[in-house]
Amino acid sequence: MRIRQLIDLVSFFLVVGGLGWFIQNFFDPYPQTIIALCGINVILATSLNLVNGFTGQFSMGHAGFMAIGAYVGAALTTIVFPHLGLGPGPLQPVYFFVATVAAGVAASLVGLVVGIPSLRLKGDYLAIVTLGFGEIIRIFILNVNAVGGARGLGGIPLMSNMYWIVGWVVFTCIFLARLIRSVSGKQFMAVRDDETATMSMGLSTTQIKVRAFIFASFFAGIAGSLFAHYYTYLNPSTFTFNYSFQIIAMVVLGGMGSLTGSIVSAILLTELLEQLRKLQDITGVDLRMVIYALVLIGLMLTRPQGMFGQRELLDFIPFWRNKKKAGALIS
Amino acid sequence: MGEFFQHIINGVSLGSVYALIAIGYSMVYGILQLINFAHGEVVMLGAVFGFYAAPIIGGRPVHPSLALFFSVLLVAMALCGLVGFTIERLAYRPLRKAPRLNCLITAIGVSLFLQYFTQLDFVFGAIPQSYPEMISQATVLDLGGLHISNLQVIVLALSFSLMAGLQWIVYRTKLGKGMRAVSESTDIAALLGVPVNRVVSFTFVLGSVLAAAAGTLVATSYPKVDALMGALLGLKAFVAAVLGGIGNLPGAVLGGLMMGLAEEFTVGYLSSSFRDAIAFAILIVVLLFRPSGLLGRTVVEKV
Amino acid sequence: MKTTFSLKNITLILTGLAMSLTFTSCKKRGEGETQVVRIGEYGSMTGSEATFGISTHHAIQMVIDEVNAAGGVKGKKLELISVDDSGKPEEAVTAVTKLITQDKVDVLLGEVASSRSLAAAPIAQRYQIPMISPSSTNPKVTEIGDYIFRVCFTDPFQGKVVAKFAHDDLKAKTAALLIDKKSDYSVGLADFFKQTFTELGGQVITEENYIAGDIDFKGQLTSIKTKNPDIVVVPGYYTEVGLIVKQAKDLGLKAIFMGGDGWDSPKLVEIGGAAMDGTYFANHYSAEDKDPKVQDFVKKYRDRYHETPDGLAVMGYDAALVLVDALKRSVDFSHKAIRDAIASTRSFPAVTGMITIDDHRNASKPAVMLKIESAKLHFVKRVEP
Repeated sequence: MRIRQLIDLVSFFLVVGGLGWFIQNFFDPYPQTIIALCGINVILATSLNLVNGFTGQFSMGHAGFMAIGAYVGAALTTIVFPHLGLGPGPLQPVYFFVATVAAGVAASLVGLVVGIPSLRLKGDYLAIVTLGFGEIIRIFILNVNAVGGARGLGGIPLMSNMYWIVGWVVFTCIFLARLIRSVSGKQFMAVRDDETATMSMGLSTTQIKVRAFIFASFFAGIAGSLFAHYYTYLNPSTFTFNYSFQIIAMVVLGGMGSLTGSIVSAILLTELLEQLRKLQDITGVDLRMVIYALVLIGLMLTRPQGMFGQRELLDFIPFWRNKKKAGALIS
Repeated sequence: MGEFFQHIINGVSLGSVYALIAIGYSMVYGILQLINFAHGEVVMLGAVFGFYAAPIIGGRPVHPSLALFFSVLLVAMALCGLVGFTIERLAYRPLRKAPRLNCLITAIGVSLFLQYFTQLDFVFGAIPQSYPEMISQATVLDLGGLHISNLQVIVLALSFSLMAGLQWIVYRTKLGKGMRAVSESTDIAALLGVPVNRVVSFTFVLGSVLAAAAGTLVATSYPKVDALMGALLGLKAFVAAVLGGIGNLPGAVLGGLMMGLAEEFTVGYLSSSFRDAIAFAILIVVLLFRPSGLLGRTVVEKV
Repeated sequence: MKTTFSLKNITLILTGLAMSLTFTSCKKRGEGETQVVRIGEYGSMTGSEATFGISTHHAIQMVIDEVNAAGGVKGKKLELISVDDSGKPEEAVTAVTKLITQDKVDVLLGEVASSRSLAAAPIAQRYQIPMISPSSTNPKVTEIGDYIFRVCFTDPFQGKVVAKFAHDDLKAKTAALLIDKKSDYSVGLADFFKQTFTELGGQVITEENYIAGDIDFKGQLTSIKTKNPDIVVVPGYYTEVGLIVKQAKDLGLKAIFMGGDGWDSPKLVEIGGAAMDGTYFANHYSAEDKDPKVQDFVKKYRDRYHETPDGLAVMGYDAALVLVDALKRSVDFSHKAIRDAIASTRSFPAVTGMITIDDHRNASKPAVMLKIESAKLHFVKRVEP
């Protein structure tokens, strides 16, 4: 067992290190910004899928948790740590790691507080109340002058390089994949498929839903901290319902209930938005969000299950599909 | 003391606009169980249509005149009614049988589409414009700290007339009866021979007409027109509808007025920073403690 | 026993990145392409402060065209790359990042609003690209680093000008402040006004806030009205100011309204209407100034764009002129040399006066007080620093 896990850990660092090094040195700064944003959106989309797709609870306030993570992470590295004498220097990556984890924890705590009352509601009501909470979080931050309030927070140290982003993306995907295959994951899907049946089996569906919510908000917080330390400037007006909706679009496009779907569509949509910017340079008209909205409407009218529905990318490879079927019987 | 009453007047004025918009949300939710996110954008379009119509009807430059105001209002209402009809036909009708979630996402998509489409240069543009002045400002009452302008009187009068008109339509016409029937149960109404599709279209048109009026009134009171003006207005009006009991029309009016007053008093006596927060706070409190709203009925979930 | 690092997950990540590779273009703009000097401009061409960005852009374009028509600078033509930030500081950050990393600009012009300059300047400083702000007046902007400059006066001076005018000329004893909390400029200018006004013996009896983008100010104005101040100072931007003054009139608020250079826009009177008559604001210049340089500029601008230039236009013009002058004096076209040349600008004859860049990278400039009467801006007096 121990050796297995050691091999896993080493290969994790090798892959992350290799990929990070590759991206950092073979791409121009500008494409790197796109890849960075892709990475952040992947974390956001996959974590939202946990709640919306796998647990079937429609949350529309994900940007709020991202905002918490962003501001907590930034506040720590920009205000709190320097105040404690832990300023820039060789140990800064450590501070960044601590701040990011703290950001995730803070976001998940808020997720707990928001989740417990909200997740008793269903369907439309849940969607609206999460929307409300997302906005309240944003407006709350707007009024905290210590982190700049309406004017924003600048001077955040530029800490999110490719190694960190790739590392967190890989970690998130692996963690969520394992979570979904675990008992918790089965419970999430049970709640999604038939809540009443799950209840009648003696499980507390609210607890299960809240658990999913906490994990999702944790990763949203991580994404937020990465975002803050990449753009080095934060403004509450970034974390509006529009951003929440962009993430929802990624989840829906990829397929609610497909982890690979979220990864692929997050990357695709982020890329699409950037490439459309080039179109804007040519035509002078900003068609990005218009096309975005049309794609979404078209999707709902023609193929609402998204790209992969509830299946994963590898389910399309016959070899893998058979292996999985065989494995399911045994494990 | 004058300050207190001034806040009341301001709040009721603001609230009556919210009420007009909230009615649209409630009506559509009542018959389709759909939150029409695009409703706020129809309000915005009401203002935009008026912006273009005014110089066409009244000539350039636009001179204030009550006749012009009402003609522009009618044009905006007609055009928005058309927009509402089109949205329902193209985006919502195909999804009538689909899971509610899909409709919700589509509605949000339509909302975003309208916002960003209007921002395109060849449509309206991304720069706010000033709405032409069609009602010259005059003081109606200036007494002991209380100041009422003719604009506020017109807003109140128009809002309440429209709401009265709506009341008449819903309770005294055949289509109104159809609306009430469909909101009870779509299937049974269909079985009883109610033309469901026509009733739904009619509801959307009605809601959009009221939204157009709201948009015109907002643009007249706050003469800034831009493509994103409907978003926040729509959201707050939606909270008003939920507050009153979504699906309940008198509830929407009550909710609207309460939202307007709450907002005004928050700004006046607490802090303007919480102006928007109060709306969401009310939303959350209502949904957590009384989801059916003030005047709504609780629905029992059948297994 | 499944390994944590299963083949599946590796494949997932690699698939995603492969798609990323195919989509992302690694277009490298000519590092060796030194036939032009690339000037990046970022401003609010859309949104509530659109006239700021558009006016500035028009004026800068005029300078670029003039210089290129005369053969450029030391044989090199000037290429202007403009990016819209929609009036949002977070978009200013992406705009400047794009200009520097993708378009490889040599120098930056922007922004008008201090909030956006403050957000973007750290990026310019980090990449060591010189940045000249035409009209950002908040003192913190140039404090960000030695690559950040401005050609306008700063808010400690502007606040003093407005306060002195209110006290000495308008004989105001009590003032109310209505501040835009979203704008560093507004918050800063309010503070500086308060300092001088209270020093002179005046009293700020109440302060209210709003956020840029609000349309309804009746709540705040009703509260202000009950305190009955002599003047109401609104150090904000023209779109909200227009609505505020109009609503104040609707409420019967009788105080005199005053403001700063954020008021300067042809749209101000359009939005505020007749209510704007009798209000005052501080600005960088007046179109009525008889100085031949000013009149020359006004005529050129009118001929090309068919409207009277506002303060933002003239500052954009001056900023571009200062930049061109620096390029001429610069040892070579490296970023450091350009920076040094800008820093050593002395008594440069610009349209709005003599510009000398001091040790703090600011310029010491006079201000004018303007009064709005019959929907026009009228010159009242000039104040030297």
